[in-house]
Amino acid sequence: MSAPKSNDFTVKFANVNGTGSSSANGMFMKSLFRMGIPVVGKNYFPSNIQGLPTWYEVRANENGYLAPSGSVDIMVAMNAQTYDEDLSAVEPGGYLIYDSSWPRETLMTRDDITVLGAPLAKMCNEAFDTARARTLMKNTTYVGVLAALLEMDMGVIEQLLLDTFGSKTHLIEANKQALEMGHDYAKENFECPLNFKALATNKTKDHFIIDGNATSALGCLYAGATVGSWYPITPSTSLMDAFSRYCAAFRVDEKTKKNNYSVIQAEDELAAIGMALGAGWNGARSFTPTSGPGISLMNEFIGFGYYAEIPTVIFDVQRTGPSTGMPTRTQQCDILSCAYASHGDTKHVCIYPANPEEAFYLSVNAFDIAEQLQTPVFVLSDLDIGMNDWMIKDLEWDDKYVPNRGKVLDQDDLEKIEQFHRYLDSDGDGIPYRTIPGTHPKGAYFTRGSGHNKFGGYTEDADEYQDVVDRLLIKWETAKSLVPSPIKDFKKKNKMAILSIGSCDDAIREARDLMSKDGHDFNYLRVRAFPFSDEVEKFIDAHERVFVIEQNRDGQLKKLLQTETSCDSSKLKSIRLYNGIPIFSKDVIERIMKEVSAGKAA
Amino acid sequence: MSYIKKPNIALSNAPKNELGMTYTDYEGAMSTLCAGCGHDSITGAIIQSVFDLNILPHRMIKMSGIGCSSKTPAYFANQSHGFNSVHGRMPSVATGANAANKELFCIGVSGDGDTLSIGMGQFSHAIRRNLNMLYIIENNGVYGLTKGQFSASADVGSTAKKGEANKQVPIDPCQVAIALGATFVARSFSGDKDQLVPLLKAGLMHKGFAMVDVISPCVTFNDHEGSTKSYMSTRESKREAVYTDYIAPFNEIEVNYEKGSSIEVDLHDGGRVILRKTDESYSPQSRGDSVKNIRAASDEGELLTGLLYIDESQQDFTDTENMIDQPLNSIDHKTLCPGKKALKNLLDSYR
Repeated sequence: MSAPKSNDFTVKFANVNGTGSSSANGMFMKSLFRMGIPVVGKNYFPSNIQGLPTWYEVRANENGYLAPSGSVDIMVAMNAQTYDEDLSAVEPGGYLIYDSSWPRETLMTRDDITVLGAPLAKMCNEAFDTARARTLMKNTTYVGVLAALLEMDMGVIEQLLLDTFGSKTHLIEANKQALEMGHDYAKENFECPLNFKALATNKTKDHFIIDGNATSALGCLYAGATVGSWYPITPSTSLMDAFSRYCAAFRVDEKTKKNNYSVIQAEDELAAIGMALGAGWNGARSFTPTSGPGISLMNEFIGFGYYAEIPTVIFDVQRTGPSTGMPTRTQQCDILSCAYASHGDTKHVCIYPANPEEAFYLSVNAFDIAEQLQTPVFVLSDLDIGMNDWMIKDLEWDDKYVPNRGKVLDQDDLEKIEQFHRYLDSDGDGIPYRTIPGTHPKGAYFTRGSGHNKFGGYTEDADEYQDVVDRLLIKWETAKSLVPSPIKDFKKKNKMAILSIGSCDDAIREARDLMSKDGHDFNYLRVRAFPFSDEVEKFIDAHERVFVIEQNRDGQLKKLLQTETSCDSSKLKSIRLYNGIPIFSKDVIERIMKEVSAGKAA
Repeated sequence: MSYIKKPNIALSNAPKNELGMTYTDYEGAMSTLCAGCGHDSITGAIIQSVFDLNILPHRMIKMSGIGCSSKTPAYFANQSHGFNSVHGRMPSVATGANAANKELFCIGVSGDGDTLSIGMGQFSHAIRRNLNMLYIIENNGVYGLTKGQFSASADVGSTAKKGEANKQVPIDPCQVAIALGATFVARSFSGDKDQLVPLLKAGLMHKGFAMVDVISPCVTFNDHEGSTKSYMSTRESKREAVYTDYIAPFNEIEVNYEKGSSIEVDLHDGGRVILRKTDESYSPQSRGDSVKNIRAASDEGELLTGLLYIDESQQDFTDTENMIDQPLNSIDHKTLCPGKKALKNLLDSYR
């Protein structure tokens, strides 16, 4: 890739997990952000508590691209275990910083990069008393080194320390000391700044840094969800952690100090979805966050929710499969398993946010759609969206928002009607009316996953059974008009297009910009929901070739398009990037251009 | 008989409860279970209990899993919402429903298969949470709907209809529940309404998880000679450890039991449970003694019945969760949503 430039570089930190490096790495990124430079942080971490290699990558670039660059300009190599690997990852012309406290004879080196050794441990051992402080402050010390090499604004970093640690003055003092120690050492021993640096600018105004699990949780909070049930599973755990944190701040009744919410840690995912359905059935907005293995376990209940028509929201923060897979790596591998979850004829509304910003808005949407359609709705994000640190636009909230609870008969409605029938399609949109237990004696009905007729009664009658499942198809048609529409960039002159989903978005945005500079223009459509709206099919029809980009081995989105639209599937070219790492624009470009040139040759 | 539409018989002189409702008002659809099924007697006892307790039917929810037992919520309280969930997983649905509106009475009906095999996990955790519900196990030792396989509660040596004997040790829901920390554990027999009705009433008014294990013979697959859960066998082996009375609040009546043989337990609703011991040594307020007595009776080939254990001192699920008094499903959105200004302040903490 191109040589690093000021405000356009990637720094990667190679650490050992459990050494407290993440707060120092976050501090480095946030300082760049506060200097007005757009940043994104990607965390490549092991499924482990302590002792294994972990990497954190900070990309700064003024265009605000949020996908990783796929190259490393500065490697902070703090893990001897992975030193060789980290050394070879640096781009030619780049830099590697290592801890030179104990010079290692066997250290490999490279002629085409600059290796900078700083005695981080030695300095910290001299400056700090306790083992814990020595370990932690080593991290802050390398931030000091970077600050000098990139000529960062030390005032900004120090202010960040004050804001982060608040009243814990001993931590502020220690971090300040470590920071200056690293900064001074670099100033004295290295040529500072490098030939690229961090220049203060104003590109981060009205933006903030957050992960998608937190914004999903905010969506739940703002949508008015009151019951959240879950079973801990990476990478969805931090969604419920965030929800609990926000609830503790905003949902505790001032007078009684009691909770306006319930977060239930279930015994397993089977129970978690059962609780979410029980709460949704009983009139609370409910949700359950999980990941692929959890979805597998929830399947029986998901079909129940579909057939008995109970609203709830299921967050699937996708991770690599199959089976346990790699729990701390990202993928979009549950597209099909969510779309058709459970036995029998089932299909489900799925919503696909692309980043934490959309995760907020679409989560709120998901609750409205679930209640309007009276069905479980999936929000499929992934580990990249959920757990990485994204710079996104400030979230907006309209105080006039009123939750759309769908067709619920209240006490007055029930008082007026002669008789209530739960599954009767009286409006022709496939959506019947429902009642909340406890409202009125006339509202009572029997909820069951066994065969039922449109009045809600048990049935084994062929026609009565079919009547209900066919009506669910009418509801499915209605769903198309309620789900978020695709995001589209269409110019009539372009004959080729990219069609994608979720977190592929930013790599594609960058790739399209770069390819456009080389004279290759592609239209673009990003699906944001299943069922697909008619727009998706029209978009495919309007092109000669459509590259379907997704992060799974089997081309699940492409398969879904083939099955659920009547498009000419020979137009669809599948591009699959699924090694567990968020995708890079350079891989997207390489794969598309290969197809394009192959197409020309043929 | 089950294909007949249930006749609606209105008797002008039918007794009414304090709400002005008759027993018939608490009935449900016609049972489709086999004639003579113990479960239908339990349904009758449930109807009697909620009628006596003056419960507004629409303020009660009926939950179940899968199996013969789990069909029964359709056969009582037509004016209550019912939820026939998936096999073994009714407790989780009841938990979510309770979180959404803790004011509703909750009756769960399960079976020995639904609870002790596929549902053992959720059963255990509902106990662990002390979920406020009456949990009835209609226990017949057999899988009826799939035609007579042994269940996990079948006794060693008990024979199936075709003669083979069960070899695996049974799981006793009462011992398990007491060990897991249940706060109300009772056992009864479907054929003994006098014993069963007060137990169900006390269980409904107990704030927390009230489990009533009801031996309920399966007339089709498990009522033969050789079965230990037949009508005959249960009648012979049943021994009442304590006779239970439930006294509703404000229905103060003079109770005069022999000193030393009766125990009074105050319930959270203001009502009282009176336990008349038939056995002086029995102590239904000690977990250790309860299990010991159940085991001792079992060693003698006897089935100990009555309210075997009660503990009113524990918080229920919603209290432990520090949930607000108002049902969560009725809190208005303005209270739940922090709004625009709070969002802006929150975002500032992420810069």
